[in-house]
Amino acid sequence: MTAATFSVWRGNAGEGKFYKYTTEVSEGMVVLDAIHKIQAEQANDLAVRWNCKAGKCGSCSAEINGMPRLMCMTRLNELPLDQPVTVEPMKTFPSIRDLVTDVSWNFRVKKQIKKFKPRKPDTPEGTWRMFQEDVDRVQEFRKCIECFLCQDVCHVLREHHLHDEFVGPRFFVYAAALEMHPLDTENRIEELAKAKGIGYCNITKCCTKVCPENITITDNAIIPLKERVVDEFYDPIKRLFRIFRK
Amino acid sequence: MPEYQKFEHDVLVIGAGGAGLRAAIEASAANVRVGLICKSLLGKAHTVMAEGGIAAALGTVNNADNWKVHFADTMRGGQYLNNWRMAELHAKEAPTCVRELEGWGAVFDRTKEGDILQRNFGGHRYPRLAHVGDRTGLEMIRTLQDYGIHQGIDVHMECTIISLLKEGDRVVGAFGYDRQRGRFLLFQTKAVVLATGGVGRAYKITSNSWEYTGDGQSLAYNAGADLMDMEFVQFHPTGMIWPPSVAGILVTEGVRGEGGVLRNNQGRRFMFDDIPEAYKHQTADNEEEGWRYCQGDKTARRPPELLTRDHVARCIMREVKAGRGSPHGGVFLDISWIKEKISNAPEHIKRKLPSMYHQFKQLADLDITTTPMEVGPTTHYIMGGVKVNAETQMSTISGLFAAGECAAGLHGANRLGGNSLSDLLVFGKRAGKFAATFAKEHTQGKINTDQVDGIARKALEPFDRGAATPSDAQGPYQIQHELQQKMQDLVGIVRTEHDMQQALTEIEHLKQRAAKASVHGNREYNAGWHTALDLPNLLTVSEAITRAAIERKESRGGHFREDYQAKDKTFGELNIIVRRGPGGEMQVVRERIPPLPAELEQIIKEQQQ
Repeated sequence: MTAATFSVWRGNAGEGKFYKYTTEVSEGMVVLDAIHKIQAEQANDLAVRWNCKAGKCGSCSAEINGMPRLMCMTRLNELPLDQPVTVEPMKTFPSIRDLVTDVSWNFRVKKQIKKFKPRKPDTPEGTWRMFQEDVDRVQEFRKCIECFLCQDVCHVLREHHLHDEFVGPRFFVYAAALEMHPLDTENRIEELAKAKGIGYCNITKCCTKVCPENITITDNAIIPLKERVVDEFYDPIKRLFRIFRK
Repeated sequence: MPEYQKFEHDVLVIGAGGAGLRAAIEASAANVRVGLICKSLLGKAHTVMAEGGIAAALGTVNNADNWKVHFADTMRGGQYLNNWRMAELHAKEAPTCVRELEGWGAVFDRTKEGDILQRNFGGHRYPRLAHVGDRTGLEMIRTLQDYGIHQGIDVHMECTIISLLKEGDRVVGAFGYDRQRGRFLLFQTKAVVLATGGVGRAYKITSNSWEYTGDGQSLAYNAGADLMDMEFVQFHPTGMIWPPSVAGILVTEGVRGEGGVLRNNQGRRFMFDDIPEAYKHQTADNEEEGWRYCQGDKTARRPPELLTRDHVARCIMREVKAGRGSPHGGVFLDISWIKEKISNAPEHIKRKLPSMYHQFKQLADLDITTTPMEVGPTTHYIMGGVKVNAETQMSTISGLFAAGECAAGLHGANRLGGNSLSDLLVFGKRAGKFAATFAKEHTQGKINTDQVDGIARKALEPFDRGAATPSDAQGPYQIQHELQQKMQDLVGIVRTEHDMQQALTEIEHLKQRAAKASVHGNREYNAGWHTALDLPNLLTVSEAITRAAIERKESRGGHFREDYQAKDKTFGELNIIVRRGPGGEMQVVRERIPPLPAELEQIIKEQQQ
């Protein structure tokens, strides 16, 4: 057994500071284990959000040594333990307490995106035909565990706080999954261009880098959506057509 | 006097996993006002962890499958203690429920013909599990969530219910707190659906998240409802065992469905050594046949690794006890060996089992495409729970419904893999429908505010004690850890009268300590306080499991007694009921299972061939 020190941000509503806790660590431990150990032994009221502890629910998002990560999937042996490990809440969202942030904005944003609208069933029994190659891409997007780390790292939200004009990478992935769903008949391109602010994204790919599910957010979701926006709204022929139609 | 916020709904669904979401959707479709309580954030409930798939006789891969085969498989798996009407409804309605999900946007893996692909799973005669790689639970909860948010359901996130409120014999409300601010919440409602999941946190090694503290079973028990089959806890045969911090995390049965084999430290496929009589005729007797089955050969019988979970878990225990286990006290699960059979094995494994690949790579530094995994049993599921009416899912208390894991009946003595997700859909839907009907037929009841004040004051007592004692000698975590250790050691996979009597004594001690648990800090997101409030539930379900297990003096399904190793016909005809006696003591009652109707009996006979 060796000891390691954790510098954990504690406080609420943005007011707080780092507290140092030293605890024993053993083989295979992840950051969330250490936080739980500290909670059980030294700070019973330490606030941390978690659920599955297996990288499947996306609850325990935090910033570890400055990097947005899931606490349950960050092994201590990947971190330099000769210095304190800093653990702090996601910065893009308002603090509730200690490591817990208010992510409710994400739930409100999702509700505003037009829902799935399937085409009529292909058979009288009400079933559809879809082929694996047609759903591979959509399945990649549907791996999202809604940890909101991509939202946390995105500078449009993190630095520029454009929460009212920009839905963030998570919801471009969500919209892409709907737009590329073989059964969906809805069109979300106009809302993506306007209310959802896809133009703000300047493809720095930070979101892709932090995604714990390795979804290629920028290349596979955002760029194709941007292309559709361009096709629809900036295509000179279509533009002319629209002017005449008016 | 403690303050609280008040809400009014027609139907209050407690729990927002698969069953709760499905119930809320169905109730709101019936035009009643629905409140949905999530212990965590929406979409994070334990359903996300389900890996393998949803069992439904769609017959897309093998068209010989139909509801009758699924029904017979479920009954055989449950060793005939199942509520046969639930098993019948489940088998008949599961396919529609799966198709429904597709209509709401779920994207299942596909067959070559463009239909929903189905995979093999333990105890299922045909490939029957609709799935998405090994993240089916995520697909299901996200589909329900994304559909549900547009249905006008009032969602209360990060909120825990600590008591149901009754007027006479009927449930009329619920009382709880929100985690974020620690404020009390009062819900007035015409009907309640419990969909709170299981009890895994009563054990040390478990695949379950912190939420699984037996809330629904305890709420129902305290409200006077009957619990049934509580002795049947499923220990999933394959959980991770190394490193220690990940012990218990599930390794999907899908690994075995895709051809993974179990070996002991001598390299022997020990599952061939003990195949129960009832399964002999449908189990492969050589390795080659087992592999052909996993490759979709319809003439082949399934490999013994895909026998029911209770049996596989016991076989693993046997190997470990006999000194033939792996270095860290489990056995080897090997999927990498399929490279001998197919050319692109590593890619194939990564595509079929992406989260398993990821999980072992990241948490154990192990590449499952080249190296066998070490696995051992982990507490996974409780077959027992709130006793419900098969058609309506109403408990023995008027206005109180239950669905999913917290309800009992469908699975009998042992649940088949994949039957949980379909259970959530079929009975979540039914609970929602009938709770809405009940709500329409009733007016709001009267809330007893004195009772509410009492509950609130009691909930705050841990803080008072914390203020009085500077050190936390009765810290809630320590009490919880001790309970988990005792249940693991004394009421685990192999049980004896002696151990379980000792467990009852320990539980009694821990109850006294829990009543003195103290916490510090304030009410905002205070996990210590939350744990203190979860403790009484954990203790109630632990006692119910133990008492029911003592009563069942035989071995069957998930319940194995070293002192009564054989099945006993008498016990094969009854369920064990646990209820709160008039003096507050826990009563254990035997209840006869109603006789199987002739047509269902006929189906079971036909399927035995």
